[in-house]
Amino acid sequence: MLLQADSTRESTAGSARGAVEGVDAGDVDIVFFSSISGNTARFVEKLGRPAARIPLYPRDAPLVARRPYVLVVPTYGGGDLGPAVPRQVIRFLNDERNRSLIRGVIGAGNTNFGEAFCLAGDIIAQKCGVPHLYRFEVFGTPDDVATVHEGLEEFWKQQP
Amino acid sequence: MIDKLKLVSHVDAINWNKIEDEKDVEVWNRLVNNFWLPEKIPLSNDVQSWNTLTPVEQQLTMRVFTGLTLLDTIQGTVGAVSLIPDAITPHEEAVYTNIAFMESVHAKSYSSIFSTLCSTKEIDEAFRWSTENVNLQKKASIVMDYYQGDDPLKRKVASTLLESFLFYSGFYLPMYWSSRAKLTNTADLIRLIIRDEAVHGYYIGYKFQKGLEKETQERRDEIKDYTFNLMFELYENEIQYTQDLYDEVGLTEDVKKFLHYNANKALMNLGYEPMFPKAVTDVNPAILSALSPNADENHDFFSGSGSSYVIGKAVNTEDDDWDF
Repeated sequence: MLLQADSTRESTAGSARGAVEGVDAGDVDIVFFSSISGNTARFVEKLGRPAARIPLYPRDAPLVARRPYVLVVPTYGGGDLGPAVPRQVIRFLNDERNRSLIRGVIGAGNTNFGEAFCLAGDIIAQKCGVPHLYRFEVFGTPDDVATVHEGLEEFWKQQP
Repeated sequence: MIDKLKLVSHVDAINWNKIEDEKDVEVWNRLVNNFWLPEKIPLSNDVQSWNTLTPVEQQLTMRVFTGLTLLDTIQGTVGAVSLIPDAITPHEEAVYTNIAFMESVHAKSYSSIFSTLCSTKEIDEAFRWSTENVNLQKKASIVMDYYQGDDPLKRKVASTLLESFLFYSGFYLPMYWSSRAKLTNTADLIRLIIRDEAVHGYYIGYKFQKGLEKETQERRDEIKDYTFNLMFELYENEIQYTQDLYDEVGLTEDVKKFLHYNANKALMNLGYEPMFPKAVTDVNPAILSALSPNADENHDFFSGSGSSYVIGKAVNTEDDDWDF
């Protein structure tokens, strides 16, 4: 599923380039960030829904959402290290087109990070005024995947 | 030492301006920013609380901490160091030296707790218990054996299971006291240790997965079998050890759930699917809250039908977090 979404994104990239700044996220209702360790990507993959990944590097063309989406975002570590929200996600949300389409957040992390557990999700939920829908650890248990899969079905039905 | 010390055979000057794996830099920065020392924690504020514990509870607490001291000592002087010769990048080597040092800080911090709360005689007795408890010694010797083996991937498995699983029979107790508003400064210190171990387990598990990617399917199957066998061996011993410690205060069953919950996360750090089903990982919510204020189930919007749902607690956001 994930690979399909990614390849769709790449194929539309050519036509999008020049017309609008950035890469069209395609017809997806999940946008996610995952570092190179890929835990969040693995969770999203298990959901089996079309999804678009926020690019890792500044040199990559920015992602632009086309339709309302839920953002899946991890928080690493904790402690006093400034930003809990990954800078790539800040870059994504700084684009007003993306910010206007976010409908909810799902946080990833580890309760062993203490107060920082899913902190990025809390911050984004507050700043964007959307619900922090769910929290999971590492790449999620099968129960987490089932709950989120069904929960998102319902959630999108209730959206105007 | 009888065995010849294994060292990296060749070293080039480390260049932090040329990075092969950005995870090395990310984790190095994370660890450096998380750095702490026990002297910063006002442990003496726990003296009054310590005196409200019964002698049995005090003894249990000291035994738990000597057990944790042993694991941190192993990880600091053998475990993290044994990973250095297997490192793929020079920056990975540097991260292991950071991990090794921090484990020594952890080991020392238990002594700070002891010297603040207990008499020398009590301390000596607790350390004597730690050398005489069969299950604690077995736990140590199982892990030590694997560290001295010749398979780099197996060493990483043993190390991740130590960081992400074996500590938790011990970590349970200060979280339990914290949930009852006892030894709260000690709990603050333990939470810093837990946070460090979480980053260590994540990083070593990540490096394990990177290493596994290069292996044949046959070898991957072998490593997976090995991992689950080691997990079972450690788990069985861990149950015995938990009974040794907690039967007297009636907490064994509660601790077991915490073990299952953390065993799952240890396996996930290694990239494997969790082993224990939901029915046996339902950790006491008071323990989860002591671990992380965000960890309770009220945060599940999907199954809470929305009514009891509250948008996340107020967080202090920094300008750095956000620059719309």
